[in-house]
Formats: sequence, C-alpha cells, structure tokens
Amino acid sequence: MKNNKTKKVNKENKRPRPASNGTKYKKILVLGSGALKIGEAGEFDYSGSQAIKALKEEKIKVILVNPNIATFQTSKDLADEVYFLPVNDYFVEKVIAKERPDGIMLSFGGQTALNCGLILQSKGILKKYNVKVLGSPVASIELTEDRQLFADHLKSIDIPVPPSGSATTMKEAEKIASSIGYPLMIRAAFALGGQNSGVAYNDKELHSIVDAALAVSPQVLIEKYLHHFKEIEYEVVRDAYDNTITVCNMENFDPLGIHTGDSIVIAPSQTLSNAEYHGLREASIKIVKSLNIVGECNVQYAVSPNPKNGELEYYVIEVNARLSRSSALASKATGYPLAYVAAKLALGYSLLEIKNKITEVTQSFFEPALDYVVVKMPRWDLEKFKGANEKIGSAMKSVGEVMAIGRNFEETLQKAIRMQSGSIESVTDNGFTKEELEHFTDVPTPKRIFAITASLMKGVSVAELYKKTGVDPWFLSRLLNIVKIEKDFVKSKKLDKEKMLELKQAGFSDKKIGKLIGKTEFEIRKTRKKLNVRPYVFKIDTLAGEVPAKTNYLYLTYHGFHHDVLPLGSSAVAVLGSGPYHIGSSVEFDWSCVYAAMALKRHKKKSIIVNCNPETVSTDYDMSDRLYFENISFETVADIYEFEKAYGVIISVGGQRPNNLAQKIAREGFNILGTKAEDIDRAEDRNKFSALLDKLNIAQPKWQSFANKEGAEKFADKEGYPVLVRPSYVLSGAAMRVCYNESELNDFVSKAAVLSPEYPVTISKYMENAKELEFDAVAQKGELMIYGISEHVENAGVHSGDATIVYPTQRVYASTEYQLRQISKKIAEELHITGPFNIQFLVKDNRPFVIEVNVRASRTFPLLSKAMDANFPEIAVDSFLGKAKVHNFVYPKSVVVKSSQFSFSRLLGADPVLRVEMSSTGEVACFGKDYDEALLKSILSANKFDFNKKAVLFSLGGAVNKAKFLEAAKQITKLGYKIYATDSTAEFFNSHGVDAEVVRKAYEATPNVINIIEKKQVSFVVNLSEPKATVTKAKQRGTDGFRIRRASVDNQIPLFTDLHLARAFVKALSHYDISDLEIKSYKEYLK
Amino acid sequence: MKINKNKLIFKDGTVFEGKSFGANKSISGEVVFATGMVGYPEALTDPSFRGQILVLTFPIVGNYGVPSKDKWESDHIQVAGLIVSTYNDTPSHHDSEKSLSDWLKEEGIPALEVKDTRAITEKLRDGGAMLGKIIAGKNKINFEDPNKRNLSREVSTKEIKTYGEGKHTIVVIDCGEKRNMVRRLLARGIKVVVVPFDTDVMKLDFKFDAVLISNGPGDPTKVKETIANVKKIIAKKIPTLGICLGNQILALAMGGSTYKLKFGHRSQNQPCVLTGTNKCYLTTQNHGYAVKKIPKGFKEWFYNANDNTNEGIIHEKFPFMSVQFHPESAPGPVDTDWIFDYFLKKAGIPLEAAVTKNNK
Repeated sequence: MKNNKTKKVNKENKRPRPASNGTKYKKILVLGSGALKIGEAGEFDYSGSQAIKALKEEKIKVILVNPNIATFQTSKDLADEVYFLPVNDYFVEKVIAKERPDGIMLSFGGQTALNCGLILQSKGILKKYNVKVLGSPVASIELTEDRQLFADHLKSIDIPVPPSGSATTMKEAEKIASSIGYPLMIRAAFALGGQNSGVAYNDKELHSIVDAALAVSPQVLIEKYLHHFKEIEYEVVRDAYDNTITVCNMENFDPLGIHTGDSIVIAPSQTLSNAEYHGLREASIKIVKSLNIVGECNVQYAVSPNPKNGELEYYVIEVNARLSRSSALASKATGYPLAYVAAKLALGYSLLEIKNKITEVTQSFFEPALDYVVVKMPRWDLEKFKGANEKIGSAMKSVGEVMAIGRNFEETLQKAIRMQSGSIESVTDNGFTKEELEHFTDVPTPKRIFAITASLMKGVSVAELYKKTGVDPWFLSRLLNIVKIEKDFVKSKKLDKEKMLELKQAGFSDKKIGKLIGKTEFEIRKTRKKLNVRPYVFKIDTLAGEVPAKTNYLYLTYHGFHHDVLPLGSSAVAVLGSGPYHIGSSVEFDWSCVYAAMALKRHKKKSIIVNCNPETVSTDYDMSDRLYFENISFETVADIYEFEKAYGVIISVGGQRPNNLAQKIAREGFNILGTKAEDIDRAEDRNKFSALLDKLNIAQPKWQSFANKEGAEKFADKEGYPVLVRPSYVLSGAAMRVCYNESELNDFVSKAAVLSPEYPVTISKYMENAKELEFDAVAQKGELMIYGISEHVENAGVHSGDATIVYPTQRVYASTEYQLRQISKKIAEELHITGPFNIQFLVKDNRPFVIEVNVRASRTFPLLSKAMDANFPEIAVDSFLGKAKVHNFVYPKSVVVKSSQFSFSRLLGADPVLRVEMSSTGEVACFGKDYDEALLKSILSANKFDFNKKAVLFSLGGAVNKAKFLEAAKQITKLGYKIYATDSTAEFFNSHGVDAEVVRKAYEATPNVINIIEKKQVSFVVNLSEPKATVTKAKQRGTDGFRIRRASVDNQIPLFTDLHLARAFVKALSHYDISDLEIKSYKEYLK
Repeated sequence: MKINKNKLIFKDGTVFEGKSFGANKSISGEVVFATGMVGYPEALTDPSFRGQILVLTFPIVGNYGVPSKDKWESDHIQVAGLIVSTYNDTPSHHDSEKSLSDWLKEEGIPALEVKDTRAITEKLRDGGAMLGKIIAGKNKINFEDPNKRNLSREVSTKEIKTYGEGKHTIVVIDCGEKRNMVRRLLARGIKVVVVPFDTDVMKLDFKFDAVLISNGPGDPTKVKETIANVKKIIAKKIPTLGICLGNQILALAMGGSTYKLKFGHRSQNQPCVLTGTNKCYLTTQNHGYAVKKIPKGFKEWFYNANDNTNEGIIHEKFPFMSVQFHPESAPGPVDTDWIFDYFLKKAGIPLEAAVTKNNK
C-alpha cells in the first residue's frame, strides 16, 4: 500500500500544470520605507528584504532606494544597487533615469513607498521611463486611498461600510438619523479635537447634540456608532489568475476605536463562530478580487457582538492594498512567508507555482492551520515624551511590538506582557490607587489591561467590566482565570507539581511565582526543575502537525510533554535579539543580530536566534538554523540553553536588553561568548568603572552616586549647576535629566528614586559647550581589531540616539583622535574585551572625558560598518572564536551623515525638542562627496523640505544663540530667503544688517507666528531655547516656543532646535541646491 | 477540588491522561485528528465522524459555546469522543445556548483535556489512524473497529424526508448527510427529498430531476446497497452529484477503485486544483479513503495540490460528477459553493431563486 502510494505521487507530480512563464523582468526598482517612525517600523525591512531575496532568486537585478542605513535590506550583499536617498519623487526619478529599471515595486515599503509611487505615476514619470508597476494595479491602490470612492465601490459589490451622512440643518439630521438608525456618532465638522461631538441613542439626544454642533459648525457628520463592536482583520493573498486565500485572521482584544497598531491582538480570532469566520473570509476574498490585487492586501472589519438579525453583522473599516504591519505579524504568526510570496506573485507567478519554503510539503495556495495562539502586544514609550497624551485611540502611538506564542490565551498573554516591557512580570502586576484604577479602566491607555485585571482582583464582575470597556467577556474571563489561579496559590502557598504546572500553564514566570511567596526566581527555578516541570519545544509548521514539515521555527510551552526537535548540542550558539523596538533600541540591533547569526556559519557553528519582535529580519525563517520566538529573559534563555545543550550564547549584539542578562546567565555557568560578565559589570557599575578610569588615569566628568537627596544637593552645590542626573543602568536616557538649579534637582530626584529602587542614582557635572564623539570597536582578548570614530554635529547634551552623526569626523583634531584611541586601547585591555564595544567621549578644549562604556554593539554599528565597508558584527563573531584579525584603518572616500527621525507629529502634546533623553524613533544616513552634501541629503531623507519655498522662520532665545546664528542668517539671506522672526530675534537681525520681518508671538493676535507656520509660508523653522530657561522662570516664553515647535511638526515643516545643526544645515544649503546632489549608489561610493 | 482524570488508550498501548469535561463513560473508536481552527459544533455533528474519537489540534475549544440545533449538521453529536488541549468553559457568543461541556454531557459523549494534542497528532500522522478508547475510571471495554460496521446504516435517516418547495426535485441519498447540503440546495429554490442510504431510488413513486450522493463515514466498500443503486441511477442517465463518500461510491459504482489513505484529510485548508487549469480552491475535507482508479468514461475533475490525491471525477459526456471535498463547507471555507450551481446547470435545472449566502 505504502509503496503504491509513493509511486502514484511520483507519477502524478509530473502532472502538467499551466505555467505562467515566470518573469520577463530584468531590472526592478524596490522602494523602501525610509526611517523607522510611529506607524512605519521594522516590518518593512522584513518585507523589503524578503522581496529582494525573491527577486534575486529569479536572477533579476534589484535596485533599492532606502536611506535607512540600519536596515538589513540596505546591505551590500542583498540588492544589486542601494541608493541611500530620500524616498520621494524627485530622487526616485533621478534613480530611474540613471538605472532604467523595467519594473517597480511599491508595496514593500509601507505608506512612504506607496505614496511616492502614486506621485511618480500621476506625474507620468513611470510612463516616461517605461517602468511597469508590479503587483496590484495603481488604480486599485488609488481607489483604496480615497475614502468616499472606496466606500462607493464596496457598496457596489454589496459589502457594507458604516453608514454615514452629513447635514446642515436639524431636518436633514433627522432624516439621516432615521435612515441609519440609532445609536449614532455625531460630530461637528471642521472642529478640532472632537468638540461638540457625542453619541445619540434616541431623538432627544440627537436634537441636543446636533443643536450644539450646529452652533459651532455649519455642518454635522452623522455616522453609525459601532459601540463595542469587535475588530477583526484578515490578511489576503491573490495571484494574477484570481486564486485567492486568507493567510490569517486576527481579533483585537480591545473593541473598535483603538488603532490596530495600538491594540493587543490575538491570532487566530477566538470569539468568532464558523459562520462568522468564513463569512468574513468570503467578504475579504470578494473585496480583494474586486480590486484585482496581485500580492497582499489586508481588510479590517467591525463586527457586531450582538447582531440584530442574529446573523453576521459587519462593516469594512479599512483596506490596505500593500504589505502592512499586520501582514508582517500574520507572516510571523503563521509561518507563511507573505512578503516573499507577494513578490513572486507580482512577477506573474501563480500561487500554485511557488513552493512553500517553510514546510516544503505544502503549497503557497494554502491557509495555515495553527495549533497554538499568538498574542501581539504593542510597546509604547509615551513616558519618554514630555507632555504626550497617554490616551490611545484612532491614531497610533506605539513604537514597537512583541509577539508571543503559546497554547492557551493565559500562557501567551503573560508571555507577551513580559516581552513587551522587560520589567513587568505578570498581568496581575499593578499598584493603582482607587482613582487611578477607575481612570485607567474607563480611558483606554497602555495601562488598561492592567487596570482591568486589578479590577477583577478587587471582585468587579466580568459583566460590569464588559459594559465599561467593551472587551469581550471571553478575554475578561481568561484574565479572571489568571487572577483566580494566583489567588488560590497565594492562599495555599503550596507549590507541588500540580500547582507548579497550573501556574506555568497560566503563564506565570518563575520570578512572579517567587514574588508571590517571597522567594527568588533562582529558588523557584530550582524547585521547578526538581519537580520536573519544564517547557517543551514545539514547532510552528503552518499545518498543525498534519504532515511532517521542515521548519526551524520554535516556541516553548507548558501545554505539552514532548519536544518536536532534538537539541543541537555543542555546535550551537544562541544569539539573543533585542526584543521590541522602542525608543533607544531599534532596527540597528536587529541588523547586528542577523549578521552575528550568519557569521557563525563561517565557524561551523549553528545559530539559534532568540527574539520576540515580529517586525524584524532576525525572526525571519531563513536567517538562522533555529529560531525561538521567545522572550529575552533569564528564565527563557536558560530554558532554551539547557535544552539545546548549546556551546555558548552571544549577548552583546542585541542592545541593552540581552546585555542586562550577563550576570544571571554567568551565574548559571553558561558560556557567554566574548567579554566576561564580571568585566561587563566593571563597565556598567558606575563605582567600579569610575575607579577603573582613575586607575588608568583617564579623565571623566565629576560624578557621585547617591541614595538620598541631601548627598545630591551637596554635590551639586560643590561642583556647581547644571548637573546631569541618572540611574546607574541607563538605556536611551531613560529618566536622565539635566538640572539647572536646586528645585529642579529636588523635583527630579524624588521621581527618579521611585523609578529605579534597585540601583543607586548618580549625579554628574554637566559640561556645557563640549563635543561628543563615539568610539565603536571590536576587540579580541583586549586588543583592538577594528575601530571607527564618529562625531556628533550637536554639542553634548543631545542624546547620542537623537544626535546627527558624521563619519569621518569633520571638526576634530588629529591629536584628539589619537587620545581617544589610546584611551580606548587601555580600557579594552583593562576589561579584557573580546567582541564589540562602544565608548562615548566628551571633548572640551581638546581634552577627552569618558562618559560611558558599553561592552556591546552600539546603535552606530550598522552605520560604521557600512561607512567603513567592514562588517563589525562579523568581526565580533570572529573575535569570540579567537579568529579576528587586525583591520587596518582605510581612509574613507566619502562622508556619511546620520540624521534622526522624530515622530512627534504622531504624539499629541509632546514637546519636539532635543534633550538628554532620547526621543527619536528611527534614523537615516546618506553618503556624500563632502560633509555638506551628505548632511543635506540626510536631512532631506528625514524631513519634507521644499527647496522652492524661499522663506524661513527664526525664533531664537537668548543673546548667545542670536549672536551665534547671525552668520547663518546672513548666508540664508544671500540665498534669497525671506526671514520671518519673532520680536527680539527680528530686532537683533535688523540691527545687525539682516532683513527680517517681525511676526507676532503665538499668544498675540493673528496674523502671528503660528499662522505663518500653518499656512506653510516657510520651508523650515529654527527655534532655539535659551539653555538655562526653565519652565518656572520663563513660562510665557516656554509656551511660545512650545507652540512654534508643535505647529512646525504638526504641519510637517522641518524644525531645528539645535544651534549647531541649524547652522550646519544653512551652510549646506548655501553650498548645494537640490540639483547639485549626486545620485550615486552605495557601491559607487565604496569604489 | 478533585479533578476527574480519565484516560485515552491507544491500541498500541500508549496512554494519555486527561481531565474529563464530557460524559464520564468509556467508549472505543478510531482516533483521528482535524486541524480546522473554527467550527467544532459543525464537526461534532458531522455524521462522517461517526465512530471516531476526534482530536482537535486547535488548542482552545469551547470559546463560542453551542448554537441552537437548527445550526447543527445533524440532530446529535456524532463523534464517539472528543480530545482537546484546553477546554474553555466561559463561552462568549450571541448564538450560544449552552457550554460545550454541558452539551457533551447531555449527549453522553466523553471528552478529555489532554495537554499534548500535538503529540497525539504526530503519532497519528506517523502511524496512521489508530483504534483507541476513552476509559473512565475502572470501566473496562474492548477496542472495536468502527470501520467494520456499516456506519452509513447507523447515521442514515430511517424515513424519507422532504424539504422545501420548488419546480425541481433532487433526491439526496443519505449516507450520513451533512445538513448544509440540503440547506445549499434549498437556497437555490430546489425541493429536496432525503432518502435512506439503501433506498432503491429508481423505485421512488415521485418525479425527480437529479440525485445527490451524500458524504458519510467509514469505508466506501461497506455501502454495497448504495453502490448497487447508484449503478441503476447512472444507467438511467439521471444527473448525479457525489460529495465525499459520494465521490467514492460513484467511482466504485462505475468500476473505479478506492483505498485507505495513510492519514486522511481532516481539515479546512485542503487546496484543490481544477484539473487542466491553474485555478485552485480551498476546501473542507473529512475522509480517510480516496478514489484510486478513475472509472472508464470519467476523467479527473480535481486533484489535491498538496499530495496529488484525487479530489473529484466527472463524466466526459453526461452530468455525472463528484467531489471528494465538501462544497457545502460547514465548517470551513465556502470557495466551492459554485459546484452546486455547476451541477444544476449541467443537469439542466434552472435556478428558481437568487442564491442566498452560505452563512452556516
């Protein structure tokens, strides 16, 4: 029987299938998404990289435009030519004219690429150069981008959209109300911030709301109010032959109203019946077919939890005719390589012609069956943005996300919670006051799930919480189950095998279990191992185990008692990833992880990547020998390490999160490759490090560690203000601040001390007007193998993650660089560094001071690697295995400038000003023939700058700023720019021979400075604050500056808040017009 | 809190322990797994699962409770027993009338929460479907192979039932018919008469236009009566559509052959290609046997894109056709609902109504 079958299959495999003749394209242009920003993050590095790989397999020449230097897709060995240039019509046209591709792909670079493509199309550029858009037709994309046209289209194919209408009179409003039916959402048109809007459940309420709205606005918008509807999403794939599948569906924990990027999402849906699941699937397919999508598309629905007719009641909320964040998530959640398949489909292949590269047994025409569930949780960093509103809603605010995999909701959710914060252990961790609890339950914020759980702990019923929050009772009941299990345990305190298993199956960590009964996580771990309760390794195979599949994609669960794989053993090295993207840790660390994992192959080691971020390339199926989609925590890493019986673990390429595990991992006796844990501690413990610097006779800013306010004040009085205050383990300037006087110090210290009780808080002398330099290197047994020095454009005081950085240095004495190298050599030797490290220097009057040493790969690794054409992570892996060679310094042929990308426009209320705390969400970097050209390109890549608008607004606080900027003002006048300036700035300029039109302050009558910005009369804004201006001292002025800055970012006008950067920009402008900027590929710059 | 731990025992001696959430009794059956992520009420009431202990690979089951009887695929739970990883006792759905646990207890069906359903799945996929039993307490029973029974007889209607009105009538030979087949015909304005599996259709005393041979459990060679009757129907050139078991019956009646698959198709994501085209459809399937030799006069209609097995046959001249998958879905994707339209068209039966959506 068995033999017969094999024969039969072999015979039938030869079954002739109509082929699509593959591809006729020779050269294809792929557009990237530029810098990471809120709403467009690492997911497009993943999708672009997969697309490029898919094209390379076809031997097609690939051209990529993407200024994001920290991405994997911009590596030298992926696309044939990479252009680090802005993704806009001007530059892309230049690239097209030069490269003459025959096709262009728009759907792999997010909204940025799509928008750029639409402009190229509408300007006739694609036609002019005969470039064909591959994938979904442009007309369909345009249709989905126009709300009204798209709603009409959906209606024409009998797909429901939320009914709506607009009225200018009460009579019209009544008519609309009766045609749509209650409840209704009523909004005043043209009113900011939801003024005079409300929900009407009956005629009476309709009258009162419409009355009020018409009083302030000529028009009211009336829409069906989809109160507490479920939000469901489908990921759909279609080929050019009309074959269509849905790869995955997802359900939001939060009801409709929270942006899906800010929602906790579970895949697959949990509360939909068969009829609902497949009813929505059918609708998705219908929509996608109607749009002639070729590739990937996502459809979002609002679904009634209590449909009127008892059958499926739904409305389409949104359709994205391109790869999206959700598709990256769906891809990682199911193991279906969506972006890869989408790229092949765009070439004209059918779904039947593309082998499933993950399973190697199923087709690409296939809908994955999951035997696990996935929970995605956003990572917000709202506390990092001064003044930002915590409330979440229809506009996305999160900066990253994690994905957890488990076998029930409890296990998976608790994993996700630990992954996303790195410090919270359980959904039951909370400490709300009574008022806070009320507030955080009612108002959606990142804290809501914790507030809901806290309410459940206090005995609030599921029904009541459902009424309040709209979170489906199914989810609430799961949270209640977690609460019950915890309460039972706290009561009995008995930790036998059965209880331990119950706790672990409900997702409790060793640390949390320990906390509940006053034990350490090490003690619980010991007990757990004694009880033989351990996680099992399961495969993600896309087909729920139906047939054996070749996959290296793994997760851990306590809902099992067998492993799907055997340990890799002593040839394996685990590479710990960076976890969720957040302020201070982004795609640059993923880049280092990927290259470290790949470099292991050269040493005949097998790579095991551990990471939990679905937006990454490191979690792609073909980047490592094994991928554990798991948390970067001690417990998880130890479980994996012990199971795999690995040779070693690399903790120094994934940023601070894995690096923080050094001591615990070393304690367990695991082999950390590279610098020893005790030496890492000597670099990170401020006291030990300071003593080390003293011993080596290396200068450092004066500092002291303290546990109470009195000590701090004494120090500040002695050394003089300003002082820099921060906790000892610093990441991305969290809770770091410059204090200019005693009251600021007092205020901050009380907050910082609460923030981090485990570690002492340090205070140091803040050096003003100093330069900051970065020293990045790889050492082997204390000897430098390679290094690079880069320079901050801004003075010290701007976080290195926010600073504009140039390589090679432009304004640094050779003698300073010499000193830096000598100091670094000494430190590397003293700390016996093997592997990557980074030293931050302050330089004042040619005298370097060491600020900090990170014995790990830094944020600047991809920048330097690409600028120097030397792969630092690869060299680091060589050094781990004792095989690194000394690289001779090669003087660069070009200049690279990195600029930061800020997402302030997404964060209502946040103050867009550079500070010691990091607030950028991404970065770009461009090459140029000199500093000015590279800087200009780089700034253009992170901002929308209009060369044709020859007007500028200056608002400069303080006499020093004004004086220092005078030369730049003269330069800009020479370029024909008209200068608008606020009162004292204009006065100063006019009295120094620079014409400036004075504009009124923000709080004065119109037309004032804000009007000038809102009308987009200027091409950029320079707003400099007086360094010592504190909120208390100059409240009015502060407010004015804030409003100028806010208006600038809200109107997408480039804003400069740093003197040095603003001057450098003006200087670059005076040397280069847009047409002077070189269109040269990365490889050309290296030649 | 005493947890009731019962056992799932395989014929090869492997034992899995699990918390009981169904009826506390012992049963024997063939253990099979299904990988669909939704639709447990539909699967449990699917007569094709008669005599089988069903393992659901989706790890959380019970989430949306149990809907009213008119939404089931037959009047009772058909599986012999149910195995899941996590049973969820807090259903949340507007359609739910009771919890899954209450339903199982009402119907006397044992069910266990065995954490490692993936281990069971891997065991079954590597060793093939295997006999097993669920043992409650010390209650001992023997292994019994349901495939040796005439399962169609067990699940088929005992009397002739008529549904709907219409100018045209289709006779459904019920070998274990899923109710959604009738619903899908009714949705097209067809009058449907469901007859017992062993009915000699040609002797029926009313006029009809076509015949549908339904799905059903077990080995197709066991339903000899139906095979014999189908021969007579085809001889009279009456348009005939077979579904699932019906595909195998039609093949056998016309001189083809069937065989048992190493592990059957029991999932909602089976890709089927329309032979000779590059059109592919996602289908629901639930079968352990397949057509091997295609009978003379017929050609392959569909094949499975994963393992190339037969997914349907169609006569070269006459309106005789059958599919191995379930065009009526329930549970599963509704991509192949058009099979009914195609059949009616070929059979020369005009649509009497605008087809309503397949929302079961």
